[in-house]
Amino acid sequence: MSLFYFIPLLPLIGFLINGLAYPKLSKQIAGIIGTIPPLVGFALSLQLFLNFDGKTQIYELANWIKVGDLTIPFAFQIDPLSIMMLLVITGVGTLIHIYSIGYMSHDPGFGKFFAFLNLFIFFMLILVLGSNFTVLFIGWEGVGLCSYLLIGFWNQKNSYGDAARKAFIMNRIGDLGFLVGLFLLIQDFNSTDYLTIFSAISAGDAPDNLGLIALCLFIGAMGKSAQIPLFTWLPDAMAGPTPVSALIHAATMVTAGIYMVIRANIIFELSPEVLHFIGWIGLTTALLGAAIGLFQNDIKKVLAYSTVSQLGYMFMGLGASAYSASFFHVMTHAFFKALLFLGAGSVIHGMSDEQDIRKMGGLKSKMPITYLTFLLGTIAISGIPPFAGFFSKDEILANLYHHDTFMWSLAILGSALTSFYMFRVFILTFWGEFRGTEKQANHLHESPYSMTLPLVILAILSVGGGLLNLPHFAGGHEFLAHWLAPILPDTAQLPAVSFLSVEMGAPLLAAFLPAILAIYVYGSSKSIPVSDKQISGIQKVVYDKFYIDELYDFIIVKPIAFLSQFFSQVIDYLVIDLFVEGIGKIVKYASAKFKKIQTGNVGFYIFMMVISIAIILMVGLKSWIL
Amino acid sequence: MNLILILFFPLIAGLILLLAKPKNAWIWSLATAIIEAIAIGLVLGQVSENKVPVTYSHAWIPEAGINFSLMVDGISGILIGLCALMMPFIIGSTAQSDQANNAKYQGLMLAMQSALLGAFLAKDAFLFYFFFEASLLPIYFLIALYGGENKNAITFKFFLYTLFGSLFLLIGLLYVYLRTPGLIHSADIEVLYQTAKSLSSTQQGYLFLAFFIAFAIKMPIFPFHTWQPDTYTTAPVQGTMLLSGIMLKMGTYGIIRLVLPMFPVGIVTWGPTVMILSVIGIIYGSIIAIQQKDAKRLLAYSSFAHVGLISAGILTQSLEGIQGALYQMLSHGINVVGLFFVIEVIERRTKSRDLAQLGGITQHSYFLTVAFIVLSLGSVALPLTNGFIGEFLLLKSVFDYQMPLGVVAGITIILGAVYMLRLIQKSILGNVSRITTTFEDLTLSEKWVLIPLSILVLIGGIFPNIILNFSEGSVTQLVQLLK
Repeated sequence: MSLFYFIPLLPLIGFLINGLAYPKLSKQIAGIIGTIPPLVGFALSLQLFLNFDGKTQIYELANWIKVGDLTIPFAFQIDPLSIMMLLVITGVGTLIHIYSIGYMSHDPGFGKFFAFLNLFIFFMLILVLGSNFTVLFIGWEGVGLCSYLLIGFWNQKNSYGDAARKAFIMNRIGDLGFLVGLFLLIQDFNSTDYLTIFSAISAGDAPDNLGLIALCLFIGAMGKSAQIPLFTWLPDAMAGPTPVSALIHAATMVTAGIYMVIRANIIFELSPEVLHFIGWIGLTTALLGAAIGLFQNDIKKVLAYSTVSQLGYMFMGLGASAYSASFFHVMTHAFFKALLFLGAGSVIHGMSDEQDIRKMGGLKSKMPITYLTFLLGTIAISGIPPFAGFFSKDEILANLYHHDTFMWSLAILGSALTSFYMFRVFILTFWGEFRGTEKQANHLHESPYSMTLPLVILAILSVGGGLLNLPHFAGGHEFLAHWLAPILPDTAQLPAVSFLSVEMGAPLLAAFLPAILAIYVYGSSKSIPVSDKQISGIQKVVYDKFYIDELYDFIIVKPIAFLSQFFSQVIDYLVIDLFVEGIGKIVKYASAKFKKIQTGNVGFYIFMMVISIAIILMVGLKSWIL
Repeated sequence: MNLILILFFPLIAGLILLLAKPKNAWIWSLATAIIEAIAIGLVLGQVSENKVPVTYSHAWIPEAGINFSLMVDGISGILIGLCALMMPFIIGSTAQSDQANNAKYQGLMLAMQSALLGAFLAKDAFLFYFFFEASLLPIYFLIALYGGENKNAITFKFFLYTLFGSLFLLIGLLYVYLRTPGLIHSADIEVLYQTAKSLSSTQQGYLFLAFFIAFAIKMPIFPFHTWQPDTYTTAPVQGTMLLSGIMLKMGTYGIIRLVLPMFPVGIVTWGPTVMILSVIGIIYGSIIAIQQKDAKRLLAYSSFAHVGLISAGILTQSLEGIQGALYQMLSHGINVVGLFFVIEVIERRTKSRDLAQLGGITQHSYFLTVAFIVLSLGSVALPLTNGFIGEFLLLKSVFDYQMPLGVVAGITIILGAVYMLRLIQKSILGNVSRITTTFEDLTLSEKWVLIPLSILVLIGGIFPNIILNFSEGSVTQLVQLLK
């Protein structure tokens, strides 16, 4: 048995131990049992990474489903893509587990929390390790379940439960698309194995409906990776504990859609219309997310919309066939967005569960480590060189520039918005005067080491993450692109760029100018966003998220609720049942006649009557039918 | 001989219970069900190992060519297995309830088991009909004597409605039977297959309808379902479990065993219509379930929706469809029995099934929460639960049959999540209410029902091939017969 089986096995064991015994285990033990699996998993993944010889390996564990000549094995695939995902999941996962030990220390559901986190890691690993689309689907739906469980972790509060349900249901809408894609794949290839399907396609055996398959799979990705129109669940998902937002709703699960498209790039490459569609969905989502993020006052909501927007960037990259660039952004985003969320968590922890940035301010001196690391994260996400976000975002933008200049210019706009809203949050939180209550001020403290250590490590990664795929112009060798090359299509090398070109200059301006503007507005002029009631005009429309939730409520939720009543009250009771009862009435009427002849129990007579009819029919029919 | 013993053992034990009226009747009844389960397990092992059906035949009404012939093959084996597997849980669920020491109640459940087994075992069409009807008696009394609100009117409707449907089945059966060759006709299903196949397409069309109505009411399929929500809701919980967990499968089984092989031409005419009705039922039932206030009623509509998918899969006449249907019959039986019991446990403690009055139960009940969630996940067909395997194969078969229909049927995975998650949130999550402030977790006997069922949900999702292999041979044969 290969050692790597332990990577997914350990979190499962961790889940079972903590899940079955959590009311009895002490918090220390539960925390240790929960943290060991991703930690050991990371070590094993690292070993796998270092010893990888470039050959794709399939490990078949069992034959899972077999019907006729369709066989779906439960098998894992080790290749460059899955190894990279393993490193991200277990690496970031470990840090977030350690962080949670501090963050959740006062929570009575501590053990349960670690059980769910481990279960999530398990399903996420299955998702990236599976060697066919069906095993991927196990992980795909499994992480959806964990997301549901963790968003609704504090389930006494009904609104949290609503958010959890919304996430699961919206994901399920996407999953139906994915499932249809899966059925089409089985029709065409009688298999769901990556290798079987991809080698058949590259052998020139591509079916006509490949575009439809690509579209269906992408619908799945829309749900999981929160793209228009299935994105509204992600901001609500912030109801979950902050480490969950960092791990699931920023670093790992939501990037599953991007992983899947990269995995199936050969299908998408042959469907240019779908790629085009993906690009535009990504762009629209990126802009919409960034726009809504501009005026949000809940620190986690800003980060949530920022995630929606950054995921949009990744899909934009995919739309331009820049797979390795998008994956690069998946990785750097995992670092800096996990960092920002954990930083926000640290702030919320210090502020006694306050999330409104209007009530913060001046936390710089009280929470120096959180302050510094959050600053690094902000710089990284804004795309300021030489931080990680600059390189990965720039690579997407560069590809876009050569793909479609119009899209590129809109992407630059989104980039500018990003820089502005991030610095806005940063300044309102950490600079200026403290605006909270006195009680909060007295309680204000830097978080414990278990929380600040992950912040520091993630900050280092956010600063230096660019090294992973350092481009030639910066003296690098594009390690990640070479590493992933075996599973990606051959793409033309982008022409070399100079620092003085529009292509390079515009993203830099889009990173710096809005940051300076934000510093001016919120730093120097010290303006504070007004209270909810005073917001008006266009700003209110943006603040209220363009009323998209209300729109969905109006066109989907309400009509279904109405139909539900209509079906049960009108169709069932008035239409169908009236007919059924009508027949019953006739029988009853006849039985009333019989009643006059005899006396006794009515029910019994009706019973006898029906049986006699049966007997009469039985005896009489023979001669009648013949 | 074995099969005869297996068939009548529960009935005899039930009659003894009725007469002897021992104390702790439920223990005797549970012991019967467990012995029965072991015996059936042995027979199924034999079938699985030898790949040959186990049969039994004895003349019954020789003048009419009607035999008492029984058969366990890959198809009936699944249903008999379901019956054997679920009865101990259904009976076990009476422990600590008012019915635990009620010998009459226990006896009726055992009699019901024999009737259900008879329908699944029968290889003679009249024998099938006999048990199909006979099963109505014990369930009628279970509901009429021990049901809840408005039970008289509801059982009356249920009884008449299903009996009404069966009459068509009887007429249809007689019609084919009288056309079997020989002076003394035969009611053996194999002979009926041959005879019915040779009938004209008009005849097959009418016969298909006659058979179908009986089974459609039993399952039920839209629009023959209006008896079902009331009956499921008012029946005592074991009655609901028997109805939804096992009895409705007589309908789906009847279609696989009789309708498919007998009327291949009739299906060409009517199949698409029935398929569309089934798919309408899936969506219709799911949408109604979304707004139900009574938890039991919600599950009744959910069951109705699930059965629609099973019937659609069967009518594709494909290997995946029928394999998926058999798998789903088993899974649905497990899940629905578990879920109805969860609601029963809640009702025992709070005296309510009203979702508006419940909530917060999870704060006091670890085991109930875990079992409830696992069973619900099975019901919403999450991968690695038993529900996924069945729904995956069923949806794929409907999708292959006709793409748009498959996509519409697929909406069940969305709507299923909508109503099940609502059920979970309103009943056990959220804040504690007045009636749930003191809620005790599962008692030992309740654990003995719900924990094994939850484990079965997972086993069914992880190792589906155990069951799929068991039925594949017989289903392949059947599918080839249909081509």
